[in-house]
Amino acid sequence: MKQSITLGKVTKFMGLGVLSALKDLFTGKLEKKDFKTFLRKGVVPLASILLFIGLWHMGSTSLYNIEAEFKIEKALNDQGPEAADALRTCMASGDSSCQPNTLPSPSQVWESYKSLLRDHNIISADKAAFIEKTADLNEKRIADGKDAITYTGRPSFVDQIFRSLQTVFAGFLLALFIAVPLGIFIGLSPTIKSAFNWFIQIFKPVSPVVWYLLVFMIVKTLLIDSNEDSSFTISFISVGLCSMWATLVNTAMGVSSVDKDFINVAKVLKLGNFQKIFKVVLPSSLPLIFTGLKITLSVAWMVLIAIELLAQSPGLGLFVWEEFQNGANDSNAKIIVAMFVIGIIGFLLDRLMLTIQNWVSFDKTDAI
Amino acid sequence: MAYLELNNIYKTYGQGENTTDVLSNINLSIEEGEFVAIVGFTGSGKTTLVNLINGLIEPTKGEVLFKGLPVQGTSHERGVIFQNYSLLPWLTVGQNVYMAVKEAFPKKSKKELNTIVADYVDMVSLTPAINKRPKELSGGMRQRVAVARALSMKPEMIIMDEPLGALDALTRGNLQDEILNIWGKDKRTALLITNDVDEGIYMADRIIPLRPGPNATLGPEFKIDIERPRDKTEMNDNANFKETRNAIIEYLMDIGDERKSEAKAEFVLPDLSPKDFVNQFK
Repeated sequence: MKQSITLGKVTKFMGLGVLSALKDLFTGKLEKKDFKTFLRKGVVPLASILLFIGLWHMGSTSLYNIEAEFKIEKALNDQGPEAADALRTCMASGDSSCQPNTLPSPSQVWESYKSLLRDHNIISADKAAFIEKTADLNEKRIADGKDAITYTGRPSFVDQIFRSLQTVFAGFLLALFIAVPLGIFIGLSPTIKSAFNWFIQIFKPVSPVVWYLLVFMIVKTLLIDSNEDSSFTISFISVGLCSMWATLVNTAMGVSSVDKDFINVAKVLKLGNFQKIFKVVLPSSLPLIFTGLKITLSVAWMVLIAIELLAQSPGLGLFVWEEFQNGANDSNAKIIVAMFVIGIIGFLLDRLMLTIQNWVSFDKTDAI
Repeated sequence: MAYLELNNIYKTYGQGENTTDVLSNINLSIEEGEFVAIVGFTGSGKTTLVNLINGLIEPTKGEVLFKGLPVQGTSHERGVIFQNYSLLPWLTVGQNVYMAVKEAFPKKSKKELNTIVADYVDMVSLTPAINKRPKELSGGMRQRVAVARALSMKPEMIIMDEPLGALDALTRGNLQDEILNIWGKDKRTALLITNDVDEGIYMADRIIPLRPGPNATLGPEFKIDIERPRDKTEMNDNANFKETRNAIIEYLMDIGDERKSEAKAEFVLPDLSPKDFVNQFK
């Protein structure tokens, strides 16, 4: 039997049904009976997005007015009517030096998004030029046994995103390699379970900030001789430790609650311990393990921002913090851009895990 | 000495006040090459009995002897076909059987093992479905995979726990014939647990009713003296068949009635009367 992979199948598999609804609209394949589904899956989300932007615009306008009136009133009281008039004309002219600092409007955010992209293009052009310029010199330096000269300019917004993704994946892998094996041991042996239970119960609810401080204390001492910047190491370890609990608990539960029938099969076939774990216990607990991993990845992405901010490790968290400290005219808008980017990437990561989960688990209806 | 012997088996679950006596005073002996069926109501402790024989659980009292030696844990000599197929859903038909064959013959090469797998899958006529997963198969096909898996280990004794209970009548009939064919080929010892008297008579040499639990125990045995190979349609007119069938059903019905009358036990309610609320609040 030949199986074709269509857009519809792929999008449904990834839980993005809205895309295929939109595709049907554009290709004119939409039939009358599908119209209700299309309304529900295509039009309603679109309408709610527009409504959201509208409300946001109205909210930011009214906040702007409150802030502006307050400033003018203050100028009037402190410096007299001339200063107030000057401020009013300055605000009306759109000069960036005297704009009220409040929630940015959707259009401002969109402008900031474009300016961040422009900034990225400039920086990457600069970087490419630098690499080209130093190519010959670097070859010579490497031949002489010296370190190559690297670009040390300011990272662009896109670079920060990739840096954050690196941190989150490093943290996720750390969580995976600690939590899955440990979870298996805990699930298999009641003795190990009672040994670790207090540990899990106490440390699971600890806040990311505290984890960061703990990791900082340890790593700082361990890397005392090294001149390298340890902020990346510290932040990815903290992310891993914060996020591994869901996987740990789910793995342990999956392993300890394998269907009794499967265990009986393993006994009747007289499978060895190794075979029993890898052929029966693990496959049957895969769906739960993946549910855990999915939660772990989304928690990792969520705590990442806070930890980067604390660790001063380059990434979106640091970007948000620096923009907040910067206090420039478009800083607030840039923070909102970062917020959307963080949200969208988090959503995509979740879909990615769901896709992998659907792919590996034997019972496709298990996936949530 | 019998091939399989159960001596004064008692099995209780739970501890203290919550104990349930599932089986009591079970005595059974099966000769080599014999096909024995145990017939009983659902919930009468049949599966417990099977698990005792195949070594998944241990009796509270008494002993299970297989070829004169006490049963300790499961063994490849006793193949089990479970009531609910118990196939591993993440493995294909071939892989499910392969896993069993590999455990039973660890010294054989991969090629030899694959040949055995192919033979047994072919024996239950599932070769076209060898690469399918259990959930793509019908109930009957799944049970045939379970049969192939149990037999591929070449056990000396086959223990079947209501293997055909969940199947429709037609598939059931076909599978009964298939199992009988396989059993007839090399005359292995077989124990069939079932709730279907006709199935028992059609397949077995001897039928033993299990009086329902708690405290389930084996009833008197009925010999089936019908020549093999048996034919279903002819059997319906066979006087011997009718007689045995009626005797067994009558016996089971009597047990049922007995239990019903036992169930009419008197429940003594505590002597309570409602509190006098009205006067209390005056």
